[in-house]
Amino acid sequence: MPETVTFFLFAALAIGASTLVIAQRNPMYSVLLLIASFGALSGLYIQLEAPFVAVAQIIIYAGAIMVLFLFVVMLLNAPKEDGADWDRLHPLRQPGVARWGTLLAVLLIVQLASALMAVREYNTPVGAQSDAATVNSVAAMGRSIFTRHTFAFEATSILILVAMVGAVVLARREGDQ
Amino acid sequence: MIPLSYYLILSATLFAIGAAGVFMRRNLITILLSVEIMLNAVNLTFVAFGRYAGDLDGQIITFFVMTVAAAEAAVGLALVIALFRHRESLNPDAFTSLKW
Amino acid sequence: MEPYIRPVVIGVMIFIVFNALIIASAILVLAERKIMGFMQQRYGPYLVGPHGMLQPIADILKLVFKEELRPKGADKWLFTLAPILSIVTAFVAFATVPFGAETTLFGFLDEPIKLGIADVNVAVLVVFAVTSMGVYGIVLAGWASNSKYSLFGGLRASAQMISYELAYATSLAAVILLAGSLSLREIVDAQQGFWYLFGVIPVPKWYFFVQIPGFIIYVIAGVAETNRAPFDFPEAEQELVAGYNTEYSSVRFALFPQAEYINMVTMSAVATDLYLGGWHFPGVPPAFGWIVFLAKVSVFLFVYIWMRWTVPRYRYDQLMMFGWKYLFPASVLNLIVTAALVLYFNA
Repeated sequence: MPETVTFFLFAALAIGASTLVIAQRNPMYSVLLLIASFGALSGLYIQLEAPFVAVAQIIIYAGAIMVLFLFVVMLLNAPKEDGADWDRLHPLRQPGVARWGTLLAVLLIVQLASALMAVREYNTPVGAQSDAATVNSVAAMGRSIFTRHTFAFEATSILILVAMVGAVVLARREGDQ
Repeated sequence: MIPLSYYLILSATLFAIGAAGVFMRRNLITILLSVEIMLNAVNLTFVAFGRYAGDLDGQIITFFVMTVAAAEAAVGLALVIALFRHRESLNPDAFTSLKW
Repeated sequence: MEPYIRPVVIGVMIFIVFNALIIASAILVLAERKIMGFMQQRYGPYLVGPHGMLQPIADILKLVFKEELRPKGADKWLFTLAPILSIVTAFVAFATVPFGAETTLFGFLDEPIKLGIADVNVAVLVVFAVTSMGVYGIVLAGWASNSKYSLFGGLRASAQMISYELAYATSLAAVILLAGSLSLREIVDAQQGFWYLFGVIPVPKWYFFVQIPGFIIYVIAGVAETNRAPFDFPEAEQELVAGYNTEYSSVRFALFPQAEYINMVTMSAVATDLYLGGWHFPGVPPAFGWIVFLAKVSVFLFVYIWMRWTVPRYRYDQLMMFGWKYLFPASVLNLIVTAALVLYFNA
């Protein structure tokens, strides 16, 4: 019973925060609401017996990627440039966009949900197949990453290096030595 | 205990919200944020299925998805900064010089 | 009877820890000014109460009765949200830090309780995650004040904090290698017992003795993370007016230094748990371990205050260069050497 309560609490927070992210005019508020959504998702991961993924979500997403977004929003002084020069009305209040967009979003939800639930026993409780001790061991995860998935690990580290160099090069001003 | 279908419907909803954000918003940074929402929805699906199947593969894939998302956000934001310096606008409709 | 007493005892423990953190920040205000005074060959605050002991009460009363100002262009929600974020993350970071051994409260309970608010099996990562969320309080304070000085202070502080997080995390990784676990309680329990140097001299098995470079790196990174001592350029009183909290007054202002002091306490507590053996001390029974823990944390806090008033401040570019070019490579080297030695001695 308390599990169901926390699940619905976190789910409502995630959906509410995500909807507000796409509906806010001010990008600064969007970033902060997305951090709240990530926090809710982290709670859901803990409920799914994945503590390492939950903490990594906070460290990587909420603690690093969102700081990057925040810096860019502040650097570009984005709140004053929210496209208000280009369209008078807020996009979600233009009737055509809002109606068709919402219809398409609902269709997408129905289609995705029916595809995902092609799993045969989709009403079984998560966690009925095995107990938690085998699943949430960080040591087992580390062992698996460094033996079975070594190639992906090394490729990802090269990817991050390339992304770092690329970001520095792309954001450089013209005419800098 | 929470049935698996609850997690799947939640992640489908989050994915659709992210997709709607990408289509409807006219601000490059908000579009990138919506892409992050979609990636998170996918992460949730992976972890839920991983727990359902009883092994760690779902969490491992999630770990890699997060890393790739970080790299993609960094490069995407660098591009946004470069574009902003060029056109002084964050609206994707401002960058139409390749349109015929 | 027993199932009802246990939640009450745990609730009392949480209440005590919460208030202890608040009182600790008040005592630290006084301690800082007194120690600073004695180091500068003068008495610190002397008038309020015996030898100035009640000075924090006077400070708090003054701050509470000041007028709550908000600049006109400041963002309404974010201006108030920033100090709230700072203080909440400061408190939450202490939640996973254990401060005593398991105890049955001298037979009062049937099963022992663990002295610590929460015992998570990834506690080290949780502390790191929550302190990295503390960046938002500072950067939002700088932005929401809508003033040049605040914005620069906020951006510099957050850039400094995320730079030193790297060295912090890598030195943590070295300790995790030695202990084989991410749980702070297990790391502390791995440090009990003695080695016998030359067969005779007992040396406690604290990780401080096997990880001296890692310890130094951790302390330096911890000081930089809390924006203290030689790394407090972003809130430098002389250079930037007061940095990111220039426009704040009264209660909203008071939350920032309080968050800083509680972060100091958390860093000291984590350093004690990781390197100094937590609540273990030769000859002290585990039931009184929390007293040993308090003593060790106090030593760390004294070193923090001592460093602030002895060493000059780093300039911002020197600070960033030091963090990226010297401290982070040193911590990676420390990790590699530790990994090699662990492999060699365990194979």
